[in-house]
Amino acid sequence: MTIEARNISFRYGDKPVLREVSFALTSGGFHALLGPNGAGKSTLFGLLTRLLALQQGDILLAGQSLKKQPAEAMRKIGVVFQQNALDLDLTVRQNLQYHAALHGMSRKEARARGDQELERFGLLNRANEAVRQLNGGHRRRVEIARALLHQPSLLLLDEPTVGLDVASRKALNQHVRNLCDEDGLTVLWATHLIEEVREDDRVLILHQGQLLADGAGNEICEAEGTHDLAETFHSLTGAG
Amino acid sequence: MKAAHYWHCFVGIQTREWLRFWQQRTRFASALVRPLLWLVVFAAGFRAVLGISIIPPYETYITYETYIAPGLCGMIILFNSMQGALSMVYDRELGSMRVLLMSPLPRPFLLVTKLLAMGVVSIGQVYVFLLLALLVDVEPPLWGYLAVLPALLLTSLMLGALGLLIATWIKQLENFAGVMNFVIFPMFFMSSALYPLWRMNEASPWLYWISQFNPFTHAVEAIRFSLYLEWNPMAYGITAGVAVVLALLATAGFRPQRTKILGGKPA
Repeated sequence: MTIEARNISFRYGDKPVLREVSFALTSGGFHALLGPNGAGKSTLFGLLTRLLALQQGDILLAGQSLKKQPAEAMRKIGVVFQQNALDLDLTVRQNLQYHAALHGMSRKEARARGDQELERFGLLNRANEAVRQLNGGHRRRVEIARALLHQPSLLLLDEPTVGLDVASRKALNQHVRNLCDEDGLTVLWATHLIEEVREDDRVLILHQGQLLADGAGNEICEAEGTHDLAETFHSLTGAG
Repeated sequence: MKAAHYWHCFVGIQTREWLRFWQQRTRFASALVRPLLWLVVFAAGFRAVLGISIIPPYETYITYETYIAPGLCGMIILFNSMQGALSMVYDRELGSMRVLLMSPLPRPFLLVTKLLAMGVVSIGQVYVFLLLALLVDVEPPLWGYLAVLPALLLTSLMLGALGLLIATWIKQLENFAGVMNFVIFPMFFMSSALYPLWRMNEASPWLYWISQFNPFTHAVEAIRFSLYLEWNPMAYGITAGVAVVLALLATAGFRPQRTKILGGKPA
């Protein structure tokens, strides 16, 4: 699914958080939204998911304006939030069923889809365990499985690896990349960790609310005259 | 979206609320201690001080316990609604609110369904309370238990919507202590929950008028009258009217820009 952001600005009170951000992402593939803490990534995600209302500009998902046809657009989006959004006391399956119900799926349909996703994530045998008993990496997988239940064409992940160890981070990142390849899913992965981004990924670099770079990682490096993304990120933002 | 989608969503939200209730059943049980203390301890001490004459809907002299039982039903809903609404907007339920609002169904539908689901759980507690109240001889007619259901539902919708309005609009009241001091206690004490309004009029006319304008008074009266199989159109009308207005305001007010916390901290 294509995403187009047109001239988005956003402020909390007097504090501008996004300044005239525009970009267009093509359908399918892994896209990285890279920015240090405080860059405006979560705010951008808030706008994409309608948890925050647009103050200026518009967002088009598959050509449909979020302002005009929000319900249509929401049906095609799956989201993994930065903070845990699972009910820790409920089981994995109960969490999935709640989400499925919110998308208007019947219990039967929800169970079938849920099991399908859990199997793919290697978690089917833990479906009846309380989420609290799962480790951080597995909880994240459950959140991704949940986000995919209603078969969205766009998956938004807001710093999904926060709090995970290095091995789990790598595994999760690879897992989402596989989903992109298998399902033709469009993924927007927000992170401040440069090692989660590959040179050939499409990269958006956000810093202090402004989009500083937009293109394939290696092309950005070439344009900046740097050797790798880490160097580019550092020279553009002073971070990394 | 078809009607079936709405139905599945409605059932899903209800189910989740009951699952959570079951998980936290000890907390809910302890929440019953408060109204029971009022019923058993406060009422025992107070009944000597306060004589109750025959007032509708009662047909005879009643004990003070019988008088305050409907008010305490209202109190259970009042506490639960405020606590629930607050947790919808702040911390505890924040993650699940985000999940809720990601649904493609209209937000007013989602929020009212959520308020109703929370209300239904409170109503379950009210029934447990009424059963325990039998031990102190609060014995409404059998059909009263059924007749009171719509009044309890309206009350929980009204108070849930009020809680949501407060939680989204009044930043200063973001903790429960604030809400308790400035909303729950004034609403409860300045109502007909603990003393009949004519009594209050004798003591303080201005307090009487405040209580008359307090929608909680009418919710309590709607509960009281229907529990004793009497019809009180004014109490019902006001409770329903206020519930609808507050629900409209709360759902309209639940705009993302007012609850910026939903979008994550400015990061």
